[in-house]
Amino acid sequence: MKNTNGNTILNSPPLEGRGAAVLNSSPLGRSGGAVSTQNACKLCSPLGASVAYKGFEGCVPLIHGSQGCATYIRRYLISHYKEPIDIASSNFTEDSTIFGGDRNFKIAAQNIINQYKPQIIGISTTCLSETIGDDITLFLHELKSEDFDGNVEFVVASTPSYQGTHIDGFHEAVAAVVRKFAKKGNTGNHINLFPGFISTEDIRLLKEIVADFGIETAILPDYSESLDNPVWDTYKRIPEGGTTMEEVERSGSAKASIEFGTVLNLGKLSGRVKNQNLTKTAAQYLEKEMDVPLVRLPMPIGITQTDRFFEELEKLTGKKTTEKYTKQRGRLVDAYVDAHKYVFGKKAVVYGEEDFVVGMCAFLDEIGIEIVLAASGGESGLLEKEILKHCPENGEKITVREGFDFESIREWSITNKPDILVGHSKGYYIARELEIPIVRVGFPIHDRIGGQRIKHLGYAGTQELFDKIVNTLIEYKQDSSPVGYKYM
Amino acid sequence: MNQFLKDRETQIVTKGKQSAEIACEKKSLAGSVSQRACVFCGSRVVLYPIADALHVIHGPVGCASYTWDIRGALSSGPQLHRLSFTTDLKEKDVVFGGEKKLYHALSELIDKHQPKAAFVFSTCIIGVIGDDVEAVCRQVTREKGIDVIPVMSEGFNGTKKDGYKIACGALSRLVGTDDSYKPSKYSINILGDFNLAGELWILAEYYKKLGVELVSCMTGDGRVEQIRRAHKATLNVVQCSGSMVHLAKEMEEKYGIPFMKVSYFGIEDMSDALYEVARFFKDEEMMQNARELVREEISQLLPALQPYRQKLEGKKAAIYVGGAFKAISLVKALRLLGMKTVVVGSQTGNADDYKLLKELCDDGTIIVDDSNPNELSEFVKLTGANLFIGGVKERPIAHKLGLGFCDHNHERKEALAGYVGMMNFAKEVYASVTSPVWKFINSPT
Repeated sequence: MKNTNGNTILNSPPLEGRGAAVLNSSPLGRSGGAVSTQNACKLCSPLGASVAYKGFEGCVPLIHGSQGCATYIRRYLISHYKEPIDIASSNFTEDSTIFGGDRNFKIAAQNIINQYKPQIIGISTTCLSETIGDDITLFLHELKSEDFDGNVEFVVASTPSYQGTHIDGFHEAVAAVVRKFAKKGNTGNHINLFPGFISTEDIRLLKEIVADFGIETAILPDYSESLDNPVWDTYKRIPEGGTTMEEVERSGSAKASIEFGTVLNLGKLSGRVKNQNLTKTAAQYLEKEMDVPLVRLPMPIGITQTDRFFEELEKLTGKKTTEKYTKQRGRLVDAYVDAHKYVFGKKAVVYGEEDFVVGMCAFLDEIGIEIVLAASGGESGLLEKEILKHCPENGEKITVREGFDFESIREWSITNKPDILVGHSKGYYIARELEIPIVRVGFPIHDRIGGQRIKHLGYAGTQELFDKIVNTLIEYKQDSSPVGYKYM
Repeated sequence: MNQFLKDRETQIVTKGKQSAEIACEKKSLAGSVSQRACVFCGSRVVLYPIADALHVIHGPVGCASYTWDIRGALSSGPQLHRLSFTTDLKEKDVVFGGEKKLYHALSELIDKHQPKAAFVFSTCIIGVIGDDVEAVCRQVTREKGIDVIPVMSEGFNGTKKDGYKIACGALSRLVGTDDSYKPSKYSINILGDFNLAGELWILAEYYKKLGVELVSCMTGDGRVEQIRRAHKATLNVVQCSGSMVHLAKEMEEKYGIPFMKVSYFGIEDMSDALYEVARFFKDEEMMQNARELVREEISQLLPALQPYRQKLEGKKAAIYVGGAFKAISLVKALRLLGMKTVVVGSQTGNADDYKLLKELCDDGTIIVDDSNPNELSEFVKLTGANLFIGGVKERPIAHKLGLGFCDHNHERKEALAGYVGMMNFAKEVYASVTSPVWKFINSPT
């Protein structure tokens, strides 16, 4: 089997009998040692790649697979962002599956160009196209030598859903764009910021911070506009916004890259037999190939991690943090003090994608909440180590589970009785069954308005998050009180 | 309309301007951002509401994640259908085969959840990697003593509609396996209602008042046991013809059960459905019951609708839904509210559906098959629609353009069937069209 880069990705010897690999791929931690996944706590990689592609200006994502891949992913994203999200499909037929998807791929490319006039077509492969061995690089080569009408750049991310999760797809796509367009050059005064999969509001918060530091910053990817548009007069086939081509080109001559996340796509990855050399992040690529220094930080949730981010910005700019932010920080500390009793010792279950879980745990740990379970559908092999590193208060008490699904989280919670769930909206049913509150953070938020506008990062984001968590716990106590009360 | 893709032209007609028949039942055009899904989606939605069956998705994780608790199909008892089970194939499984993993997954899930039957959905790569899903299902059937039914729904293998057909095939493996049941004289199966927001319960109440026994519903609030004895009913009443007509035809051939197509949406279609069933059984008392029921419901409903109608008179609506039958009912229901349909289309309509739509609609109405966001937004602009009725994927298109939107998809929470459904529909249309928020849309910022 070959991936789109033409590298042979398999070299393990065949095991005895079909499906013998099953015993290796059952994650250790999953409750009851289950083989099946019940209510998965992860999504497939083309979803992450599509989100990342939406963050580059003029880019239309194309999923090379069956129609359903694109439609399901659109539906899933639309339910969170409440925005039109166009993702094209090469719409495999039985013929394409048998004879190869080249014809459909080329028709799709031409039709996207005719309809959308994009600058970039961001291609994600699928389990189907990778299994039948479609070589997109070859298709692109053929396409350009044929009667091809259009001025467009193609980017390819190898994202079969049997490798990793949506987060791997996300980082793969960002890296694919950077690998394709970044240009080495004389080091400038600008920086790159690779924030990972965060909310559109978080991206806006970050933009404000770097603008206030007066440092020119390319955020890669920047879907703060394209996935969170104001209302329109006329329909926009490709929403405005996104990291510009020029910014991506200049990423190769940046003074430094800041990358949020310490798990990223660097782990062993679930069931992945892939050549590890291919899975590095965009920032790593820039460091290795274009000598752009890399600063890697956990997501700046909470004071400790946000301080680190601001320290790096101070170092890079030579400027002091402005009063606006020292005051934000001061108010946040003040809030921590005012509310510490209401959160201290409360038991939380945190779940979601791995870097998000690490960041969220670091924050909860610093306010005195005891994380009892930190779980993710991802399987990097790095989660426990990272959580221990960033949770100095109660880190050792945390049960960390990779490759977990919601059924396992549910069963674990029934036994261990947490006070609160912190994670995306898919955990709601567990909170409901346990009659405990849930604070909705991260992605997806399918059962509320404004999931894309939830703030998590920086002092300002943490402030909102902190108030929400405290008030959720206070409200729960107030609602459960036999008398109710008017003062805390 | 030269901005549309050339190969799509035959799938768009304007009534009164083009006499040609609309082209439909075609594969979606690659790169067109179709609103359709795939074969798996078609099979999954049809079988989904069977609440005491285990639905296992064999493949990598995506297809299971995206369809977890996706339909508002309510159950009066078990909730097993609302969970998402998958073999979550990894690269190693793809290379060495997923049969063993499927076998272990099925065994553990059946032990844990004690379902009455299991459906195993094959997704895209299963056929390609050569898993013998049939064989695994046979083995588990033998070992666990319940029907484990393969649903060969590889996504690429046709359209969503082909997925419906495959789901009907899976159902027909259950139908006729329990001969012991003796239904009453007047008995029916409801096909193609999925009990979204409890709609089946509304219909069941109406049929009860007529004196008709409901043997099974496929698949709303579905139970394996009821499906097994569905062949004992005298008549199949089919809604959402796109999805269930295959099964109705098969049951007609195999068991001699005739079927009729109905719609439960809007006053006219709902009443017709009840009259048709009464007419079929040639029972005067039943017809009398139907007349009384209709009279009673309408005498309450019409005056209640009047205030809404006054506000909505002359407003224009665009409709884009999954099945064309639904679209036909919507055109009529909107007319009852004084509204005009200016755009109407579906993902999966056939030639007959579109012919009917063309007859029903006014001149100038745009009729479209398998549309996409670009076209739909253009149509809305061209026609000056005030309201869009569609599913999840159409909502942001409407909202972004500052247009009211009504959800007519499978995750809705308001029942739209029956007379009470018509009232809910009127309220929702009213709220969508007359909300004060629209005044901010075109105001200078």
